[in-house]
Amino acid sequence: MDIRRDVFQAIADPTRRAIITLIALQAMTPNAIAEHFDTTRQAVSKHLRILTECELVKQETKGREIYYQLEIDKMKEIDQWLEQFRKIWETRFNQLDDLLSTIKKQKNEK
Amino acid sequence: MKNNLLFDFIVDKRAKTVTVNREFAAELPLVWDAYTKQELLDQWWAPKPWESRTKFMDFRVGGRRFYAMVSPEGDERWLIQKYTSITPKTNFKLFNAFADKDENPELPGSVLDLNFSEQDGTTKVNISIYNESLERLEKMIETGFTEGTKLQLDNLEALLARLSKS
Repeated sequence: MDIRRDVFQAIADPTRRAIITLIALQAMTPNAIAEHFDTTRQAVSKHLRILTECELVKQETKGREIYYQLEIDKMKEIDQWLEQFRKIWETRFNQLDDLLSTIKKQKNEK
Repeated sequence: MKNNLLFDFIVDKRAKTVTVNREFAAELPLVWDAYTKQELLDQWWAPKPWESRTKFMDFRVGGRRFYAMVSPEGDERWLIQKYTSITPKTNFKLFNAFADKDENPELPGSVLDLNFSEQDGTTKVNISIYNESLERLEKMIETGFTEGTKLQLDNLEALLARLSKS
């Protein structure tokens, strides 16, 4: 089975988005993260595993504890990609500007 | 002049919605035609050097537009749109999806809601784009429309050329 593992899959789930928001502020242990959710620890662990596989979070061991922290660069990928989408519309609209002004000129000449 | 025209691009990832606002220096009936008439739409819809080629367009509620985005190499990427609501010169809504060459849509698609209004000869177009999946939005970019980036590079090249002269 081909499982999709990228930033877009990471943010497709509401719990995962909440986890991202949470650890954006500070690195946290799985237990500390789980306390913020009504779901089981196993469910939170599964989301953390997916987020790790999507390379959106990384684990860091401090003493005996594992901390999860956000990969800021990966989040930027989403913004860069949305920027491209914005660019398409911008280009499109500039072309429409040109077309509208051409049509207006033609009308005035008649 | 062009630079004074409004252009907003607002992304709401949670609502999977992108809102685009843009003003045009033209009267509403002309802008409306540019969005709803095949021969005009094909002249601006595809970011150059891509081309928009409409095979058929039936602009009425329940009608469809079947068109291709054609790459400079001549590769065609088909899309189908279905008009779900039309209020002349005010609003129209459509469902948009990639398709195969036999007009079969590839789901999921996106829903576009376009609003038109005019003030003092300037027409404002408000477009809200709802995507069922972020993956689909991603695919739209992958499907060759990397021209935005290329354009940026072209502009940068021109700028560098200008700077080196001065």
